[in-house]
Amino acid sequence: MIAAEGATFRAGRRALLADVSLALAPGEVVAVVGPNGAGKSTLLRLMAGEAAPAAGRVACEGRALAAWHPLALARRRAVVSQHVALAFPMRAADVAGLGRLPWHGTPEAARDAAAVERALAAAGVAHLAGRAYATLSGGERQRVQIARALAQLDGAPRPAALLLDEPTASLDARHAAALLALVRRLAAGGLAVMVVLHDLNEAAFVADRIAVLAEGRLVACDAPGRVLTAPVLEGVYGIGFRVEQGGILPRYAECC
Amino acid sequence: MSASLAAPLPRERRALALLPLGLLVLAGAMLAGVLLGPARISAAGLFATLADALGLAPLPAEHARDAAVLGVVRAPRVLMAALIGAGLGAAGAAMQGLFRNPLADPGLIGVSAGAALAAVAAIVLGGSLFGAAAGLVGLWLLPLAAFAGGLLATLLMARLGTVGGVASVATLLLAGVAVNALAGALTGVLVFMADDRQVRDITFWTLGSLAGARWAQLPVVLALVGVPLLLLCALARPLNALLLGEAEAFHLGVRVEAVKRLAVVLAAVAVAAGVAFTGLIGFVGLVVPHLVRLGFGADHRLVLPGAALLGGALLVLADLAARSLAAPAELPVGVVTALLGAPFFLWLLRRRGAGA
Repeated sequence: MIAAEGATFRAGRRALLADVSLALAPGEVVAVVGPNGAGKSTLLRLMAGEAAPAAGRVACEGRALAAWHPLALARRRAVVSQHVALAFPMRAADVAGLGRLPWHGTPEAARDAAAVERALAAAGVAHLAGRAYATLSGGERQRVQIARALAQLDGAPRPAALLLDEPTASLDARHAAALLALVRRLAAGGLAVMVVLHDLNEAAFVADRIAVLAEGRLVACDAPGRVLTAPVLEGVYGIGFRVEQGGILPRYAECC
Repeated sequence: MSASLAAPLPRERRALALLPLGLLVLAGAMLAGVLLGPARISAAGLFATLADALGLAPLPAEHARDAAVLGVVRAPRVLMAALIGAGLGAAGAAMQGLFRNPLADPGLIGVSAGAALAAVAAIVLGGSLFGAAAGLVGLWLLPLAAFAGGLLATLLMARLGTVGGVASVATLLLAGVAVNALAGALTGVLVFMADDRQVRDITFWTLGSLAGARWAQLPVVLALVGVPLLLLCALARPLNALLLGEAEAFHLGVRVEAVKRLAVVLAAVAVAAGVAFTGLIGFVGLVVPHLVRLGFGADHRLVLPGAALLGGALLVLADLAARSLAAPAELPVGVVTALLGAPFFLWLLRRRGAGA
């Protein structure tokens, strides 16, 4: 679907990403993990087409992202950023409705209202539709943004991709679990999903494959069981880890 | 405010009411603007004048004075106020949306300061440059200079605010501040050079007035305000996407850089055309979009046309107040809009401070 091949991105002379190759496939969740500053968000921006790689290429359906018209691309992939603050007060339903913008002027626009309703329900925020976005909690806002992305992909030609930047960062355990379950369901429905995560246990739960970034390089990209091992994690994060059947735990006490 | 936002259905119904309601308010304001003032005109006088103008019935002698006041003074003045107010309102709405800042106003993009500098230059240097012909040239020299100065300042700001092909909103804002400061300083130099009569002309120009409105100017203003106004309304959807942020707007398929450039230039043309013929009129572009948002929400498909209609109505009424309050003298209309707008601006600040 969307694939990076040897993608390199520089800010000034510093390489934020070096020679990263990663392909998203329909029906699959790829989690991207790594320390702060490893280049996770940069990789997401490249995969979204927001920035172009200095070397290598990022393509959707075999065509470089820069060659796509932004509207055509918007009908194939949606992105949920980490924090979205509105410039002016809007209702949650209106925020989700913005996801329908790329379909303006197409026959799909006739289904705008239904698509927004479906998206709000799928993201579990139908009951918040009439609320002012600014009055919602961080977790509720995140889910409204996901509803906006789902509304955007409603009616999209398949395969389509959904890119999420740390969607669980402001969620409590219950809402994080619900969101990850939603992500799994979306992938089961045929979406190609890429999700940047900090929590390794969340990554282990949601991902078919985990991509580990460190200092701009792709260290590993494989099934969770093969990637989330103490040697890989200790090499990347520089602290000890205890990996057990039930989960992954940093050895906090050793760091002090 | 949350109570009104919590009710989804009335909002949609209110959206349908925006255009008729706005047109009604504008028509009412224009009617008041035409009939009221130091010289009252009766409805009968208006109808008789209209009938005469349309060739339906000859003008009765008792309405000759009404017809003269209407035809020569009031009608062009009210039409001019409506057009310029509409341009200021829509330009303000577009700039607030583009800069994602509720306190943005068309002055931010340098257009007012640039127009003021050029106008002051025309007032101070025009006489010596054109000598005896100054009186003849003056009628169009000042508007032309102000229009060109406003546009040039905006283009300079856009140029300075663009780094590596990307015009970041923060850089644009800072470039606008710099251009405003520079134009202000150069204006100060010219004021220093001016004689007493010129200083008086400059002062009144910067306070704004619609007293100079002429029929001959209207087609020019209609084109220079009307076309940008319609094009800005066509940018409503991209501006809606920008409510989420620039990256998010791109994710939704918006060519963000192109939209930014287009919106700034359109707003600058609409504002500069008004400033050129009336001088500086503040606060309409700042206040009016907020009034529309309070009633109809942030959707630019409603805010842009709503701000145009309400901006027109507000400037017509402000002008009515300007020529009525101190009759037979006239207050500068910019003073009236500032008297109305500044308290509203403060209320807005306090409301934002309260976390609303």
